[in-house]
Amino acid sequence: MPLRLLKFALSKGHPAPRFFRALETPKKSYDVVIIGGGGHGLAAAYYLAKDHGITNVAVLEKGYIGGGNTGRNTTIVRSNYLTPEGVNFYDASVKIYEGLSEELDLNLFYSTRGHYTLAHTESAMRTMRWRAEVNKHVGVESRVVGPDEIAKACPQLDLSCSGQAPILGALFHAPGSVARHDGVAWGYARGADRLGAEIYQNTEVLGIDVKNGKVCGVKTNKGYIETKQVLCAVAGFTPRITEMVDLETPIVIHPLQACVTEPMKPWLNSIFVSGSLHVYLSQSSRGELVMGSSLDPYEVHSTRSTLDFVEGLTSHMLDMFPFLSNVKVVRQWAGMADMTPDFAPIMGKTPIEGFYIDAGWGTWGFKATPISGKTMAQTIANDSAPDLIHSFRLSRFEDYELTGEKGAASVGH
Amino acid sequence: MKLLTCPMNGTRPLSEFIFGGEYREAPNQDTCTDVEWAAYVHNRSGAPGDKKEWWYHSPSGTWFIAERNTLTDKVSRTYLLGANSDNSDTAQEISK
Repeated sequence: MPLRLLKFALSKGHPAPRFFRALETPKKSYDVVIIGGGGHGLAAAYYLAKDHGITNVAVLEKGYIGGGNTGRNTTIVRSNYLTPEGVNFYDASVKIYEGLSEELDLNLFYSTRGHYTLAHTESAMRTMRWRAEVNKHVGVESRVVGPDEIAKACPQLDLSCSGQAPILGALFHAPGSVARHDGVAWGYARGADRLGAEIYQNTEVLGIDVKNGKVCGVKTNKGYIETKQVLCAVAGFTPRITEMVDLETPIVIHPLQACVTEPMKPWLNSIFVSGSLHVYLSQSSRGELVMGSSLDPYEVHSTRSTLDFVEGLTSHMLDMFPFLSNVKVVRQWAGMADMTPDFAPIMGKTPIEGFYIDAGWGTWGFKATPISGKTMAQTIANDSAPDLIHSFRLSRFEDYELTGEKGAASVGH
Repeated sequence: MKLLTCPMNGTRPLSEFIFGGEYREAPNQDTCTDVEWAAYVHNRSGAPGDKKEWWYHSPSGTWFIAERNTLTDKVSRTYLLGANSDNSDTAQEISK
């Protein structure tokens, strides 16, 4: 348990102090400007200060921190990917997550549950075997399990899925976890703020000044800021920012929706994913079932929710868990997923000097928050991307060296 | 229910349609550079705005063009490729 909680209980200073300074107007210049106050941007600010001593940093957030995709995902953390590059990268993230509550002195409710990716067809089983072998090779704990073991882990699951799609087996990934996602943004924000970085909410970037191929400043609704280094960490808003610097990317925005049920007593320990039924599901620390499905089928820059989504998702949920038929859905929402053609992120340097990109996080960004912050901080501090993210560089597309992770997406998209 | 107007079959539920991505002109593959070709293959204009897109009416196998705003999700017109794009008779809003 973080010591902070105990200290707070014994102290007389209620309410608790702010997590970060409430700053209004940015200074005239910074060494680094980070666009986007989500988990990734705040983590980058934190590691820039902590690992590299760069503290003259402003994080600009057009809404409130953690209000974008950081607070809209289904909070699953896992590393059972398909390519060795992906597995190594996400495994590094899981390892930071495991100690992050202590490091940030904030209870992130990081809870290791075990993660089952169900296979209903022989071809899905083949992908599970492939992923298990790649994972084991890299040293990540994943293995293929049969229906008996799944039934033991979750007796409530109808293994025949209403007779529609019998479960043949699953990829079991022991480190699979859930965490309190907004806490991750708050923890990094407080950490970065304490080390000297400045966080500005309600501060929108309106333009980026590029002269002779070099970044020289950022126009905002609170005035002009001089800077030579800009990190773009804005998920679903990436194309609007890259358009400001005339940078072409393969990113296309699709909404991704999710919903939660009313809270119930704990019954579901593990995380369950079915690619064929387009469902992923876990039970939060509050007892709600957190559920998500595949992307909306066409490009829209919007966070509206649809009835189609809830109907489709819940009908498949009932194939898996018929006893949930009387449980109510209490909230639904959407985020804007910045999708890439190979389902891997786009990270690192760009052809514009001083413009760094941390994007293409589609439906897989939350789990990578710590490691993307760390590696982007390294990239900015050294003006050179570390080997860990070499396969995610923007130039991989013109090199035709894509990092095919579609087979590890949680559900078919 | 969301609706879309197929130029051949009239207004139908959106679930009958498949999104085919943005309509784009291919560069001349005999004269363009490798970098230009790679940009054509991979890059997209991802920023929101009015776009010309491919849509497919699945039951009838009809590919057609829809002009749609990707921020508001409003379709201004739909037509077959090569047909007069100014013909707004088939104009239809995607969300009712």
